[in-house]
Amino acid sequence: MARRRLRGRGRASAWSDSAGKPLKEAQLEASLFRRRALAGFGLIVLALVALGVRFAWLQIERHDEFRARSEANRVLTRPLPPARGLIYDRNGVLLADNVAAFRLEVTPEQVADMDAMLAALARVVPLGADDLARFRALRKGKRAYQSVPLRMKLSEEEIARFSVNRWAFPGVDVVPYLTRAYPLGADFAHVVGYVGRIDSDDLATLDKGEYAGTTHIGKTGIERYYEARLHGTPGYEQVEVNADHRPLRVLDRVAPQPGENLYLSIDADIQAAAQAAFAGRAGAAVAIDPRNGEVLAMVSVPSFDPNLFVNGISHADYAALLAAPHHPLMQRALRGSYIPGSTMKPFVGLAGLETGVRKPGDTILSVGEFHIPGQSRGYRDDARGGHGRVDLVQAISQSVNTYFYSVAFDMGIDRFAEVMARFGFGRPTGIDLVGEGSGVLPSREWKRAHLHQPWYPGETVIAGIGQGYWVVTPLQLANATAMLAGRGVRHTPRLLRAVQRGLGDRPTPVPAPAPERVVHREGDWQAVEQGMVEVIRSGTARGLDKGFPYTLAGKTGTAERYSRTDETWTSISTSAIERHQVLFEAFTPAEDPRIAVIAVLEAGRSGGRDAAPIVRAILDAWLPGDLERQAALQATGAAVAEPAP
Amino acid sequence: MIDAAVARLGRRLRGLVGRPRVDLPLLGALLLLMGVGLVTLYSASDLDRGLVLAQALRFALGLACMFALARVPPLTLRNWTPALYVASVLLLVAVALLGEGRGAHRWLDLGVLRFQPSEVLKLSMPMMVAWYLNGRPLPPGWTTLAVVGVLIAIPAGLIAEQPDLGTALLVVASGAFGVFLAGIAWWRIGLLAAAVAAAVPIGWQFLHDYQKDRVLTLLDPEADPLGNGWHIIQSQIAVGSGGLWGKGWHRGTQSRLEFLPEHTTDFIFSVFAEEWGLVGVALLLVLYAFIIARCLWIAASARDTYARLLAGAISMALFVYVVVNGGMIAGVLPVVGVPLPLMSYGGTSAVSILAGFGVLMSIHAHRRRAAPW
Repeated sequence: MARRRLRGRGRASAWSDSAGKPLKEAQLEASLFRRRALAGFGLIVLALVALGVRFAWLQIERHDEFRARSEANRVLTRPLPPARGLIYDRNGVLLADNVAAFRLEVTPEQVADMDAMLAALARVVPLGADDLARFRALRKGKRAYQSVPLRMKLSEEEIARFSVNRWAFPGVDVVPYLTRAYPLGADFAHVVGYVGRIDSDDLATLDKGEYAGTTHIGKTGIERYYEARLHGTPGYEQVEVNADHRPLRVLDRVAPQPGENLYLSIDADIQAAAQAAFAGRAGAAVAIDPRNGEVLAMVSVPSFDPNLFVNGISHADYAALLAAPHHPLMQRALRGSYIPGSTMKPFVGLAGLETGVRKPGDTILSVGEFHIPGQSRGYRDDARGGHGRVDLVQAISQSVNTYFYSVAFDMGIDRFAEVMARFGFGRPTGIDLVGEGSGVLPSREWKRAHLHQPWYPGETVIAGIGQGYWVVTPLQLANATAMLAGRGVRHTPRLLRAVQRGLGDRPTPVPAPAPERVVHREGDWQAVEQGMVEVIRSGTARGLDKGFPYTLAGKTGTAERYSRTDETWTSISTSAIERHQVLFEAFTPAEDPRIAVIAVLEAGRSGGRDAAPIVRAILDAWLPGDLERQAALQATGAAVAEPAP
Repeated sequence: MIDAAVARLGRRLRGLVGRPRVDLPLLGALLLLMGVGLVTLYSASDLDRGLVLAQALRFALGLACMFALARVPPLTLRNWTPALYVASVLLLVAVALLGEGRGAHRWLDLGVLRFQPSEVLKLSMPMMVAWYLNGRPLPPGWTTLAVVGVLIAIPAGLIAEQPDLGTALLVVASGAFGVFLAGIAWWRIGLLAAAVAAAVPIGWQFLHDYQKDRVLTLLDPEADPLGNGWHIIQSQIAVGSGGLWGKGWHRGTQSRLEFLPEHTTDFIFSVFAEEWGLVGVALLLVLYAFIIARCLWIAASARDTYARLLAGAISMALFVYVVVNGGMIAGVLPVVGVPLPLMSYGGTSAVSILAGFGVLMSIHAHRRRAAPW
């Protein structure tokens, strides 16, 4: 319609350069634009004038009122940061504390010559290069009248020395503050984690209001995962200040709400025993209560002192940690990659029953080598000449490779991967920590996605004994062992057991995610469990239960760290201890399991000789508490839960 | 040979002076505005040279963008418009899916730098509207309007969803001005305005709670003196206490004592009004009016419909910045994050605004010979 109207007016045959419109139309459009631009500008001027009138009203008509208010405007709102929640173990042992400390603060406005003052101050209180660098960085974002922290954690001697010389340093003050301390230090570094100063990356994602006045934030572990619970709600106070911004008096105060106190499922005694049992050898151990998924102990060795990180770790300390053997900062239990080896056999045996390729009584003849029909390559047993005819129980207790080669081969990789996935392999367990590893569950899909290659039947065979592409994290293995102990009930492993809102409040238990049942036939379990009990009685971890009141069930694993075709294998020292990653998984009491434990050592002779004793040490630390609880249970005769922490 | 080179250089120089690629009055006004901006920022940041230097560097980057864009002929811009528009909308989708930012998803992290794709829309939106209208009979009918409506609504919806109502508003405005300048009939404007007015109660339902709060607070700031009302009250105290002549440079207590929030960014106008008074405010508004007028004059002398509509929409969008920010400062409009052009501290907005002027400079350089009036 518009076009017709324009056509009707114009009878142009010349063409303009724009969009092939007739010149006349272009001229009409141009004049239309000019009229509109004029009208638009008229509106703009009108709006700007209206804005100017509003400003005039504020600045002339109401000037006196606002001037008075501006002069009276001496009340500042200051944030009061909340106290961070404390962290306890399941029995109320303090793991993360807030302790009073003192720091030096400098108000730049009151210092005439900063460099000279700092040089003089360094003769009274030692100032490191790190301190000075951080001081300069912090000073940038602040105003001259705002004080800037210079040295954290003054010792009593330093405070005394400074107090004597204080007159010489106007603008420098000793200020009390709360700092985070980890009394048990290295034992919990990988679980509780640590807090550190809020850095620019944190600032980009933090709610400024919630963190006004707060200097630290959880960086790793529980401190990070439960930051929202631990942080609390800031309060504020309204302070009257003079024209130079000096506070005169406090007018109003809304107290901050401290963060929630957390009770972990970890038992500090078991944790300490586990840490000690490693005697410094690199590895990891995890203990889980199979009835509810509560993690009772979780250690990574070697560890480090988390207190170093709280107020900014010095370059020297950090360099030492990075250079230390076996990477102490590596969170092995959560994200370490280990070849599970024979610890997979109970799961593979169970998968054979579950998928129906084997019955519990079926036997296999082990002659020392297994062959895929029609292939010449042999897959070996540990014992030269084989173990003879074995059923599932014997296959587990003697760790007979041939049995599991044939089960895996008969199942095929797809069914194998499907059943093993139910035990949580190949994906994070969902524990309440950040940065969990996934491991590798060998499957066609995984190989295609990561190696872009098809699957070969021989790879199914070695997957049956936990070799090949298999990678598990210690937490995954512990979680799977707990499912074995719980006869197929999967609980998401978790560290947080209860939270306490105020100091006087009773800790309230944190509801656990609903368990799921993943393997269904009751009868299948008995053979596997019997095999694992035989491992301790007569098999590869004989005698481990010596003096232990409960029936143990377990399985050893000894995985080769290097492929035998690998050059490193021939070049490294020939001692067996260098060549093997050793593992052990166990649960007890076998009839009614209440704890499942795994231990991994990065170097050892065999699972039975080196990893199993660590598991035993953990069980020994767990036993007294369990006996006590069982006695209490018998006394009351009722199935009361453990007393709240 | 040297003679020839000298002659060529002379021609080049004469060409530059006689027919410069940039519009000198506009450039002068912009440089003046940037100067005022830096001086105000120096005071508002409590004499923080680092902050001022950072802003000056952004201006330098923006000016470089402006001069670079001034060399691109409008025809080239026109050819690239649809691609640019689609790319910027895809960036918005990327931000919605994997962006990061404080509560709001606005930023896209490119590893080297993080930037707000919505800033690109401030330019690509009027370009797209101008491109589309350029090929349509004008004044636009309902079909054309419907298409333009969709072109505007897609990015605006994505930005409002981030949520960044201020930028969404600017993007809608820059598109709508294109339609207005294309000569949409007044009775159609009336009908559309009525429809928008009718849709306001429905749109209200989609606002976030904090956005509703900001609007409600405007009606009665004293009801919430420590929350949302704080900004409005403190800003008005700053402006009102400035009086006719102002308190003088770096004498404004409101910002120095930190009563005024965001005093280097969205609320820098309050600092200016407090320190320079009504006289300063009036001069600043006149400076903005001059810049807008000059831009519209450049638009009117543009060669084709595309260039004309694009230049016109960019200049009128500038006005929206000033009025929305000024209205917020003076307590007549809700608190939305709209910066004051070339005054507020902040990187992407300074660069995107100067890039817009670069497009205007290019249109100016490729103008028709004859004066428009």
